[in-house]
Amino acid sequence: MNKAICLKVAGLSKRFGGLAANNDIHFFVEEGEIVSVIGPNGAGKSTLFNCVTGFYKPDSGNVFFFGKDITRMRPDKVCNLGIARTFQIVEVISDMTVLENVTTGALLRYSRIKPAMEKAGEILTFTGLYEKRDFLGTELTIADKKRLEVSMALATQPRLLMLDESMAGLNKVELREIIELFRKIRNQGITLIIVEHVMEAVMQISDRVVVLNSGKKIMEGTPKEVCSDREVIQAYLGEKYCAILK
Amino acid sequence: MRNFTIRQIIAGVAILLLLIVFPLVVSQSFNVHVMILVFMFGMLGVAWNIMGGYAGMFSFGQAAFFGIGAYTSSYLLIAYGINPWIGLVAGGCAAAVVAAVIGYPCSNLRGHYFAIASIAFAEIVRIVFNNWQMVGAAEGLSLPMQNESFANFLFNSSKLPYYYIMLAFLLVSLAVSYFIATSKMGYYFRAIRESHKIAEVMGVNVVLYRLMAIMISAFLSAMAGTFYAQYILYIDPGSVMLLATSVQIVLISMLGGAGSIMGPVIGAAILIPASEYTRVALGYKGTGMDMLIYGLLITLISMYYPEGVWKLFSRLGRKLK
Amino acid sequence: MPDQLLQQLADGLLIGLMYSLVAIGLTLIWGVMNIVNFAHGEFLMLGMFTSFWLFTLFGIDPIFSIPICFVGMFVMGTLIYRFIVSKVMKGPVLAQLVVTFGVSIFISNLAVYFWTPDFRLLPATMLQGTWQIGGVDLSIPKVAASFGSVIASVSMFFFLKRTKTGKAILATEMDREAALLMGINTERINSLSFGIGAALVGVAGAFLSTYYYIYPQVGGLFGTIAFCVVALGGFGSIEGAFIAGILVGLAQTLGGFYFDPSYKYAIVFMIYLITIWIRPQGLLGW
Repeated sequence: MNKAICLKVAGLSKRFGGLAANNDIHFFVEEGEIVSVIGPNGAGKSTLFNCVTGFYKPDSGNVFFFGKDITRMRPDKVCNLGIARTFQIVEVISDMTVLENVTTGALLRYSRIKPAMEKAGEILTFTGLYEKRDFLGTELTIADKKRLEVSMALATQPRLLMLDESMAGLNKVELREIIELFRKIRNQGITLIIVEHVMEAVMQISDRVVVLNSGKKIMEGTPKEVCSDREVIQAYLGEKYCAILK
Repeated sequence: MRNFTIRQIIAGVAILLLLIVFPLVVSQSFNVHVMILVFMFGMLGVAWNIMGGYAGMFSFGQAAFFGIGAYTSSYLLIAYGINPWIGLVAGGCAAAVVAAVIGYPCSNLRGHYFAIASIAFAEIVRIVFNNWQMVGAAEGLSLPMQNESFANFLFNSSKLPYYYIMLAFLLVSLAVSYFIATSKMGYYFRAIRESHKIAEVMGVNVVLYRLMAIMISAFLSAMAGTFYAQYILYIDPGSVMLLATSVQIVLISMLGGAGSIMGPVIGAAILIPASEYTRVALGYKGTGMDMLIYGLLITLISMYYPEGVWKLFSRLGRKLK
Repeated sequence: MPDQLLQQLADGLLIGLMYSLVAIGLTLIWGVMNIVNFAHGEFLMLGMFTSFWLFTLFGIDPIFSIPICFVGMFVMGTLIYRFIVSKVMKGPVLAQLVVTFGVSIFISNLAVYFWTPDFRLLPATMLQGTWQIGGVDLSIPKVAASFGSVIASVSMFFFLKRTKTGKAILATEMDREAALLMGINTERINSLSFGIGAALVGVAGAFLSTYYYIYPQVGGLFGTIAFCVVALGGFGSIEGAFIAGILVGLAQTLGGFYFDPSYKYAIVFMIYLITIWIRPQGLLGW
C-alpha cells in the first residue's frame, strides 16, 4: 500500500518585503492523489505554486519531487522533470491556433513537429477541444481557454499537474465537465494539486485538502475533516458549504 | 506544419526565373545596383525577423552585426590576406559570439527595454570602431585591388556576379528562416514572443532559445556585411554601423510583415527602390527632402499598416477563397 | 591635480543636470504611456531653434524665451500625440516603437530643409561668462541651466504628488485600467503628459541654446543619452531621472578624464547596460 511521495514541501518560506507570503509550510502529496490547496485571497496559495514551480525563489525550505531536490530550480527545468502547471490568469499563445499551442507544449518530449502535433491531437481529443483545434487562442471562451491551458500542460507529459483556479468563472455545466476531466487525468496516473475557490468541486474531488491562511498552513486532512474544523470554518469556509457536505 | 501548395511553388519558381533573367535584360547598372540592395536589405530583414519577428526581440542594433561582419572579413583580408569567403564565415562567427556576449545579460529584457538596450549596444560598437586604430578608426578600411574572380569574391567589370551572389545569400537566409519557422525552434520562439512565463511553463529554456535567435540573426547579418564590404570595397563606421541602417532594417521587416517568412523581402522590395529613386530624384540638392519623405512614410506605415503588407495580402487571399 | 578633478566633477554635475532636464519629460511620457518617444531629441532641437530665432529675429533673450518654448512645445506635443501617437497606442508594440522614429526623422529633416544642416551659436546673451570659485571655472549659462533643471524637477515632483491632475497622471502610470474605472479620462492624461514632456524638453532646449551648438541633428545624441538616463533612473520616475542624469554626467566627464575622451559616450552606454543587467527596473524603479 506504500505509495511513492510525489511532492514534498518542507519548511517553505517566502517573504515579500515585510509580508510573509509563505511561512514555514510543510506538506506532501502521494502519487495519484488529488490534493486541493484552499484559503482566502492572499493566503499564499499562488505564491506556493510559484515557489514549487520555480517562478519564485523561496527564502528558505525545500521542495522535493519524487525525492529529488528541486528547490530554486528554473521553471523550464522543473517542467522538464515532470511538473506542469496553469496560471490563475490564463496564459495561451494568442497568435497560435489551439493545435499549435498544444503542439508547442508537446515539443518538450519530441524534437520533430509531426509526432508532437499527433500527440497534441490525442490530447485535444482527450480534453474535448479537438473540434476547435483551428481556432486562435484569443477566439476561445473562458472555459475553453482554461481547457486549452490544461491541454498545453498535459502536452508536456507531466507526472504532477498543478492547476491554479481552473474552475473560476465557469457555469454549472462547464464545472461538471472540468471536474470530469480532472478525474480522467488522475485516472491516467497523473497526480493533481489544485488551488480552488469553488468549494463544492474541491470537496467532491479532493482526496485531501491543505488549508492556508495568512501564509501559514492551518489545517490538513480529508474534505470531511477540514469541514468539521472550527478554525477553517472561521477563517474561510463559512458554515454553508459544510452544511451542504454533511 | 504548413506545406507549399502547387500554386505557391509555381509562383516561387516564376519569380526566381524572373530575378535571374532581370539583370540580363535590364542593362542600366543603377537598376541592378538597386536590386542588389533590395536583396541585401531583404537578407538583413530576414535576419532581423528571426529574432524580432519570431522571437519578439525588437533589435534596433542590427547595424552592429552587419558592421562586425564587414570589418572582420575586410581586416582578415587586409592584414593576413585571408580569403573573403573564409572571412565571411569568420565574420558570421565573430558577430554571433558578440551577440551571445551581449544577449546573455539582456535575457530578461523585452519590448521597449530590449530596443533601447540594443541601441546602446550598437552605439558602443560604433564608438569603439570609430576610435580603434587597428581597423582604421574613423577613416575605415579600403579593400585591396585583386584579380577579379569568384574565389577572390571580387568583380570589377560587372555587377552581375554580385547580383547573383547576393540573390543566393538571400535564398540561403530564406531557407534558414523557413526551416526555423517550421521547426521546434520556431514554435519555441513564438512562445517566447508571447511571454517568457508561458514559454517557461512549457519547459522552454528561454535564455538558450533567445540566444540562439540572436546568434543566428547576427550570423546572417554579418554575412550581408561581408558582402557589402566586397561589393563597395570601402567601409567605415559611418557607413556600416549607423543607427539609421538599423532602423531601416526594422522598418523593412515591419512594412513587409514581421513574423512572416517572406515579409521582410517584400518590405525591402518596396522600401529600397522607393528610397533609392527618391534620393536620386530629390536628394542631390542636399536639402534632406528624401529623408523628409522617408520619415513621413515611416510614420504613416506605423499608423496605418502596422501589421505589414503581408497581412494585407493574406487577408485579401482569405477573402478571395 | 585636485583642481583638475574638481573641475571635472563640476563639469560633470552641470552637464548631468542638463541631462536630467532633458530626461524628465521623456520619463514622464514613458511612464504614463509605456511609449518610447524617439522624437524627444528632436523636441529638444526645436526648443533650441525657437530660442535661436526669437533672439535672432526679435532680440528676445533666451531667458524670456523659456515660457514661450514651454507653451509652444506643449501645444506641439499635444498635437503630435492627438494626431499620430494616439493612433498606434492600441497597435502592435513594434509600430509604437517605430512611429516616433518616423516623427524624429521627419522633424530633423524638416529643420534641415528650412534651416540647412549648419551649426549655429547664439551670440552673447544675458547668460554668459564664467564664475571662478576656488580655482574651478563655472560657466554661467550652464549654472543657469542647472538651476532650471532643479526647479523643473522639484516642480514636476510636487505637481505630480500634490495637484489633482498630477495625481491622476500618477494613477494612470500605476494602473491604467484602474484609473479608467476611477473616472480618470486616460486619453486626456496621455495627451497632457505628452504635452508636458515636450514642454519640459522645450525648456531644456532654450537653456541649452545659450551655450551649445544649434543644428538640426543635435537631438540624436541627447535623445540617446536621455533614454539611458530614463532607463537608469527607472521608467517613469522623476527622482530617478534627476539622479541618473547627474550620474551619467559625472560618468561621462570622469570617464573621459581618466580613460579617453573619445570613449566617454561608450562609457555612458556601458554603465547603462550593466545597470539594466543587474537591476532591470532601474535605480529607483519598481
